[in-house]
Amino acid sequence: MATRSDRKQVRRSGAVLHDSFLRHRNWRWAKIASLLCLVLILIYAFDNPIPRPEGDTVYGYTLGTIGFGLILWLTALGIRKRRMSPGVWSLKAWTSAHVWLGLSLVVIGTLHTGFHFGWNVHTLAYALMMLVILSGLFGVAVYASLPSRLSENRGELTETQMLEGLRAIDRQLHSAAQPLNARAAGVIQASLDEDAFGGGLRARLRSGKLDNATTRAEHDLRTMAGEIPADALARLLSLLSQKHGLVAQLQRHLRLRAILEIWLYVHVPSTIALIAALIAHVVSVFFYW
Amino acid sequence: MHRVAIIGSGPAGLSAAAHAAALGLDHVLIEKTDHLSDTIYKYQKGKHVMATPAQLVLRSDLDFAAGKREVILGAWNEGTEGHKVNVLMEAEVVAVTGQAGDFTISIKGKPDVKAETIVLGIGTQGNPNRMRCPVDDNATVQYTLDDPAEYIDEHITVIGGGDAGIENALGLIADPEQRNTVTLVNIGADFPTAKDANVKLLMAAEAEGRMTVMRETNTAAIGADTITFDARDGSVTVPCNRTIARIGSAPPRAFVEACCASFEDKDGRKSVVPGTGVQFASADRISYPKLTPTFESTVPGIFVIGALAGYPLIKHCMNQGYDVIEFIAGNTALKPADEPILEQKFSGLPRGLARTDDVTGWLDYLREHVEILHDLSPLQMREFMLDSEIAAFAAGETIFRRNDPGSSLFAVAAGAVAVEVAPGTDVMIGESSIFGEVGLISGRRRGSTVRAAKPCVLLEIPRSAALKLMSQVPAVKRTIIRISTERQLLQMFGSGLTPADLADVMTHSEIKQIKAGEAILVEGDEGRDIYVVRSGSMIVEKKVGGKPIFLSYLPAGSYVGEMALIDGGTRTATVRAAIRSEVLRIDGDAFAALLQKHPALLERATRDMAARRQVNGFIEDRKADFGGAVDMYSSVANFLIENGIGEATDVLLIDEKLCVGCDNCEKACADSHEGLSRLDREAGRTYAHLHVPTSCRHCEHPHCMADCPPNAIHRGPDGEVFVDDSCIGCGNCARNCPYGVIRLDKVPPKKPGLLSWLLFGRGPGPGEPSHKWSHDNMPAGVEKPKKAIKCDMCSGIDGGPACVRACPTGAAIRVAPEEFLTVARLGAER
Repeated sequence: MATRSDRKQVRRSGAVLHDSFLRHRNWRWAKIASLLCLVLILIYAFDNPIPRPEGDTVYGYTLGTIGFGLILWLTALGIRKRRMSPGVWSLKAWTSAHVWLGLSLVVIGTLHTGFHFGWNVHTLAYALMMLVILSGLFGVAVYASLPSRLSENRGELTETQMLEGLRAIDRQLHSAAQPLNARAAGVIQASLDEDAFGGGLRARLRSGKLDNATTRAEHDLRTMAGEIPADALARLLSLLSQKHGLVAQLQRHLRLRAILEIWLYVHVPSTIALIAALIAHVVSVFFYW
Repeated sequence: MHRVAIIGSGPAGLSAAAHAAALGLDHVLIEKTDHLSDTIYKYQKGKHVMATPAQLVLRSDLDFAAGKREVILGAWNEGTEGHKVNVLMEAEVVAVTGQAGDFTISIKGKPDVKAETIVLGIGTQGNPNRMRCPVDDNATVQYTLDDPAEYIDEHITVIGGGDAGIENALGLIADPEQRNTVTLVNIGADFPTAKDANVKLLMAAEAEGRMTVMRETNTAAIGADTITFDARDGSVTVPCNRTIARIGSAPPRAFVEACCASFEDKDGRKSVVPGTGVQFASADRISYPKLTPTFESTVPGIFVIGALAGYPLIKHCMNQGYDVIEFIAGNTALKPADEPILEQKFSGLPRGLARTDDVTGWLDYLREHVEILHDLSPLQMREFMLDSEIAAFAAGETIFRRNDPGSSLFAVAAGAVAVEVAPGTDVMIGESSIFGEVGLISGRRRGSTVRAAKPCVLLEIPRSAALKLMSQVPAVKRTIIRISTERQLLQMFGSGLTPADLADVMTHSEIKQIKAGEAILVEGDEGRDIYVVRSGSMIVEKKVGGKPIFLSYLPAGSYVGEMALIDGGTRTATVRAAIRSEVLRIDGDAFAALLQKHPALLERATRDMAARRQVNGFIEDRKADFGGAVDMYSSVANFLIENGIGEATDVLLIDEKLCVGCDNCEKACADSHEGLSRLDREAGRTYAHLHVPTSCRHCEHPHCMADCPPNAIHRGPDGEVFVDDSCIGCGNCARNCPYGVIRLDKVPPKKPGLLSWLLFGRGPGPGEPSHKWSHDNMPAGVEKPKKAIKCDMCSGIDGGPACVRACPTGAAIRVAPEEFLTVARLGAER
């Protein structure tokens, strides 16, 4: 019975279903990158340069030029991402190409070295490139694994809502603690005063059981059961456990967000260092030619 | 005895009074409150008031130009004083009696006022409902709250659990330094009429002990500094220095209808004798009084102007105030201020068609030559022509194409058009008839291409104007519904049917309103009727293993129910409304007779049925293969329907298995649209990692369009619902949107370029700048009004929606619901 009238909607373009950047257009860029690597390896295998395979053979220069051009183009993703110019472009396609062509640099770069390494600016550039690629791989791994955990953890709350919720609980704790004696009030005050999210990068990345002024307050308050009216105690404990839960949720949220971003702090600066080293590498090669 | 009494000092009444004063007419301006123009007065402080429509000239003795509320009110107060207008303040009119030349206006607590004519300019806001319980003379009871910061150290009781009451109560406790003790009183246990966000804030405030909330409580008495409640557990008296009652308001219609009416006793209640008093055009909620071209109502001597007459914009109102006084003073030859606009509209048309080639001639011509306009008054004609367009087309010219977006209604004023119902098959529509009415009802794209068959003159009526017309003139509504139903059936079934074939089916059909969630067909039930979805949408479910499995989604323009009719047997699936919908129920026997007469139609229906049976089979197969996937698909589909996707035409969906939270979508949105983001990625509902962010769904029947004073919201060429530049920033759309996707904000100043940020750190970088940055960098002396900000689907931007283009991981997509909610999706599931 479910029959639509004969009417087809005109769609602008693009996929209707969700499709990750890795498998964009049925793995288009993975295929292109693999093909590129395969061709380059085959040429390397059948090429027999004199005296030995190295950067200064014809094939070596070709690989170097491809590699350098590719690196500059891959770096341009940073600008593409932020330039909201009109036009038919998809950042997802760019990311897909960035990842797969970036990975092909492992092959291109290594073949370009001809497997000659040493303590010099040339190997420095190679090492930096590998660092960039490794950090990028880490990025791909966390992009693939963490988003669903981020989503599960936050439920339908936004970060702002979580922070507001925390402030609301703090206000309630403050008013609920008014009838307490100095010792008990001090315990609550410590929870109110504490910045649960300070402590720098290590604290931000640490996972595991919470140990902070709020959990201590929960514990201490139970030991003071005799000093506090029963209904006030119940209310305070319930508020503290709510706060405990919310702080833990926020910490998980901030930790996941930090991991999703932290690799960029290696990836981007080392890319800049890589480009500097590459310039030194190219200049020195031509200087000693 | 005054020559004219003007009731209500809004823009219309004030302008009328000023003109009466300028002409030296004996007049009185009666105002309920202690200040002029209460509606504008109640705007928030510093609000920028717009002066639209821009092309309309202002004809008034008072000044008015776009500007701050204070400046405008100041100018009006000065003007009123300068013209020595005779104002009677704090005078609430309770009744109007008498007849032309001798009206008596009864005023609460004041002597009666006598007048020969009356001008009603009381707007549509109505009077707030008053407290019914005994109130002590010394008690402070108020029905509005202008500035919550005014009150310090008081016990304040807010009565009413609607948005107004909750917002007032929250405002009063916002600053603890004011030390107010606030109690909110609600008659029920819940707050069903209030916005969810407000209720949450209220609950939080109660939990924090900042406010007392009394539920299931009535107010028994208000004393000088106490208030007594009838609570669930008995009578309670608490201290109270001030009572703020926000218990709704009564629309002014009852008062207007009672003016000079005779009354009779009907079912024990006093009611107006039909045909007396000021009559309204229909019983419809958005109906206005019947008026002559000179604004005179059905009671001679009583004139109605302003919002109550159907003109919500300030400039219209002020012009009418001027005009009505001219008419009363005897200048009946006065042309309305909109005359130049109408002249412009009629200027390019072929000569010789209308009796005279001026505005009156054309208005008469249209009224006589277009069927749906026959019953309109000259005033209604003028008003509706202001919104509409008229143009001449050469033979062969395309009016619109199939699949074009557009929701306006066309009427053929002269000539004829050809509708291409199938390639090579044209249906002619002649003079006096209409076309394009399907868009009017469902808001979807055009169903066929229409060309001018011979030289013709066409009238294009925007959807909002057409809907207004339908509610005002019942004959228009009947005609449009009859034509549209017939055409919808013809278009849907095709197969060479003609209107004559459908005559029997049409008489055996009825239009039914279906509430969201209500079923029209139930699996296993008997029944042979066919249902056509006219507006809204339906979902089809089938019970597999005791659980309802989502089968498909039926948008407006689909039909359902043919299987039981053709194959016999019971219904094979349940069909229920995803949102409030309208269906046409066609009697099964009448339709069976039609099928028998038309083998082509039978063949067509059988073909449609086979496709549907395939879907059924597919689901059964999959169920055996991986039952989990089917369950998942089914529950996701239900989640999406619950979140309004059923009425969407295009919606942003985020796969949270891919979203890394970079907010590049929001940044892209802001940078593509004057620096303001129209979406909130993080907010919104999520189910099974599928997230519906706070972003416009471009509803089939946009709720935001419902009540836009300057009619600034339209559906654009790509199906997008957008706000144009005539937005006056009133916020009605934001309030009406059930999904909270519209906000009001000022356009921030221009940012430095991307490279100068990237290389030198200048400016705030990509995305929406902070309010602080915008404020600090706003050029001095520039005052920008707040305007409604909403998604326009990046219309006009090459490449399409920026949010999707800018998503680095493929998490963000935009889809139409029928594409997303198909079983095909099951096969493509990763």
